[in-house]
Amino acid sequence: MRSYLEFEKPVADLEGQIQELRALAEKGEAVDVKDEISKLEAKSAQALNDLYQKLTPWQKTLVARHPDRPHCVDYIGGLIADFTPLAGDRAFGDDQAIIAGFGRFRGTSVAVIGNEKGADTKSRLKHNFGMARPEGYRKAVRIMELADRFDVPVLSLVDTAGAFPGIEAEERGQAEAIARSTNACLALGVPNVSVIIGEGGSGGAIAIATANRVLMLEHAIYSVISPEGAASILWRDSARAQDAATNMKITAQDLIRFKVIDQIIGEPVGGAHRAPEAVITSAGNAIERAFAELAGQSPDQIRRARREKFLAIGRSL
Amino acid sequence: MNWLTNVVPPKIKNLLYAPKKDVPDNLWIKCPETGEMVFHRDLESNQYVVPSSNFHMRMPSRKRMASLFDGGVYESIAVAAVPLDPLKFRDERRYVDRLKDAKTKTGLEDAVLVATGALEGLAVTAAVQDFDFMGGSLGMAAGEAIVTGLLSARDRRTPFILFAASGGARMQEGILSLMQMPRTTAAIQALREEQLPYIVVLTNPTTGGVTASYAMLGDVHLAEPGALIGFAGPRVIEQTIREKLPEGFQRAEYLLEHGMVDMVVHRHDMRSTLSRLCHILTKTPKRDESTALVTQAAE
Repeated sequence: MRSYLEFEKPVADLEGQIQELRALAEKGEAVDVKDEISKLEAKSAQALNDLYQKLTPWQKTLVARHPDRPHCVDYIGGLIADFTPLAGDRAFGDDQAIIAGFGRFRGTSVAVIGNEKGADTKSRLKHNFGMARPEGYRKAVRIMELADRFDVPVLSLVDTAGAFPGIEAEERGQAEAIARSTNACLALGVPNVSVIIGEGGSGGAIAIATANRVLMLEHAIYSVISPEGAASILWRDSARAQDAATNMKITAQDLIRFKVIDQIIGEPVGGAHRAPEAVITSAGNAIERAFAELAGQSPDQIRRARREKFLAIGRSL
Repeated sequence: MNWLTNVVPPKIKNLLYAPKKDVPDNLWIKCPETGEMVFHRDLESNQYVVPSSNFHMRMPSRKRMASLFDGGVYESIAVAAVPLDPLKFRDERRYVDRLKDAKTKTGLEDAVLVATGALEGLAVTAAVQDFDFMGGSLGMAAGEAIVTGLLSARDRRTPFILFAASGGARMQEGILSLMQMPRTTAAIQALREEQLPYIVVLTNPTTGGVTASYAMLGDVHLAEPGALIGFAGPRVIEQTIREKLPEGFQRAEYLLEHGMVDMVVHRHDMRSTLSRLCHILTKTPKRDESTALVTQAAE
């Protein structure tokens, strides 16, 4: 069963009718529903297209958080052969909110680091809803350092509401862990490419998204604080999240204008969850092109280019 | 006493004399810990530390600069202008209006001042973040100031000292505020490559994106007593876990205990501690007279 977002109700109604008709046809209780079905299909496709042509920033936030949206593990499953996850920060523990390891991407060895939110209650708990603790960022640093040593490029898949705010996270130095992870990204002598696949939430995202190339899915969001967080601080009312989402300019279309991201990866009409395989393949193509552009440079050139790229952000808007 | 004070009813009197009522608030400052009232001049002459309780009040950035450099003399470093309000942001008020107010209130261009001068004879570069300017929040201007300070320290071949104080990101600048985290980190790497020391002084409060970037990447971390230092603010954590936080949580002493800072330093000892570290790490011998001064102070 497909889950619909509230604003998708017109489409949900039409698709519901289509299913009912199909069920009737199968039972042989209805004759000649073919025409009716194709009429309804055209209508619902049109309705979906209309909706997704002009998604508001808040609607995009909902699409980016859609429970059926492909997550980090789906991209790894679709793009990385021989994926070998590694565990632990060698200091305290292993944090499953960040998945990290090595594998082959279209024939080339690659390190992969990603935020994983989980897809059902059990896996969501296991991955702490994608909100990493210091161990997660320290594991990311460890994998980046290994990648650097073995001259293997790094791919990061970003999808988190943010780093976990809790007592034990603070106790073990959440801020320091994030800072060191951003630092590790900038110190890499191998190319890194980052893809914002869902939510790019604040420091928890930038810690692994400081990359030579930053790609973003069409309906993903990337922001300094969640719309709800901004609303409760600036408007003192978390119900104003829609206003915050609009004001903060969190969409891929805004961010490419600010030159914060390098490329937008298109999504099928109706969002990535309607055709996960197609989205994962086109993300793979974009990743491949990005790595190809970065190939053949010395570690020093790679580092310098990344540093200059970030220092230049905001200087010419 | 004149006829007006005697005859006019109290409400109108209050209206007439309202400005005068404010005066004691400015001259006498209440210690947030003990509630004791301290005369502003006494507080200022004691580097904004309440004499009886040792509570470290916030220190205006220019005063901080003056307290760091020899003879209170320093040269400001100019910071290139950044785009103003690129998001055209407005919440309950327009961001440009909030900015204007903060500028008027503090006399600063933005939250971070950068300067260079001598610290017991040694050339150093310093940046001070002022919490009174929109909560010391990290926006493009503050980020550019930190980057300029770090790169200028590299070019002048001096240590870089940062006094951090911030509530976190400047939300009104959205993603461009977040981008200051990697930008400042990149500049720290440029300083590091030249083997120049970067010393962070964490003051009350330092939280959010500032702690999660340049404020936690120092070669040495000092913290002022009682300073609140953390990633998430206490309110956010309480809302998440729905529990009361333990006493002393996220305070400087707690961070020392948990291995995140090297020392908790009283403001009166800050200058000498910074000087000692900068001299040792740059392998600069101390001048005789300054050594004498330090010995005196220690006695």
